Amino acid sequence: MAEPMKIRARIEGDAADVKVLMSHPMETGQRKNEKGELVPLHFIQSVIATHNGKTVLDAQWSQAVARNPFLGFRVKGAKPGDKITVSWTDNTGDKGSVETTVAAS
Amino acid sequence: MNHLRRTLLKLAGAAGTMTLALGAGLLKSGSVLAAVWNKAGFEAKATPDALKALGVSSAQSSKDIVITAPDIAENGAQVPVTVTSRIANTQSISIIADKNPFPLTSTFEFSNGAEGYVSTKLKMGQTSSVIAVVRADGKYYTASKEVKVTIGGCGG
Repeated sequence: MAEPMKIRARIEGDAADVKVLMSHPMETGQRKNEKGELVPLHFIQSVIATHNGKTVLDAQWSQAVARNPFLGFRVKGAKPGDKITVSWTDNTGDKGSVETTVAAS
Repeated sequence: MNHLRRTLLKLAGAAGTMTLALGAGLLKSGSVLAAVWNKAGFEAKATPDALKALGVSSAQSSKDIVITAPDIAENGAQVPVTVTSRIANTQSISIIADKNPFPLTSTFEFSNGAEGYVSTKLKMGQTSSVIAVVRADGKYYTASKEVKVTIGGCGG
């Protein structure tokens, strides 16, 4: 949310290895701010990744995923130049999304 | 308020359920329809209840599931966990932190060539088993690894 998402997709063996770094507070609803108030629950619930438009990963998260979430996954058969997108939706309805092309190894 | 959100809220008001919005094709993550968030699973306070909500009645222990996580996590707020399933036709991986207030942390469904592999970072409240549940060809398999946590990361 504060910064754009970072993504890198590179061929490793017979698959594209994708690494994504998202910017999100992933608040558990248990943390208190400087004033002693509870910071409300605010976390990414859904992450979808596509490869050339087809869904490859459909993830559901809880508030237990770490702040500024990291995600790594692999897509077999992906080729350099293929398109990878990663999109998220959080519990307030906010969204984020990034896309990249697969780089050769 | 954007058009989609207004439509969703109107529908939710009329029908009172997100399920209807999903059925109407209005609930999207990006441009693809996302699975409905497993509220029962994520709000379960004990691992057996989380497993039940995932639809797991029994899971076979498997050495073909490799959990890579630190033996000792210095920072419970950022515990790196990687799960690799060598089981053929892995459809999903779910990750449970047994002693977290809400043990189910995440589920990942794979399709169209995605491998049974996921790497992420989790918050762990205290030393606990990290349990991976894999669904492959409709059957469930499991493995676990203990991660010691020196400073808990769930907040509060």
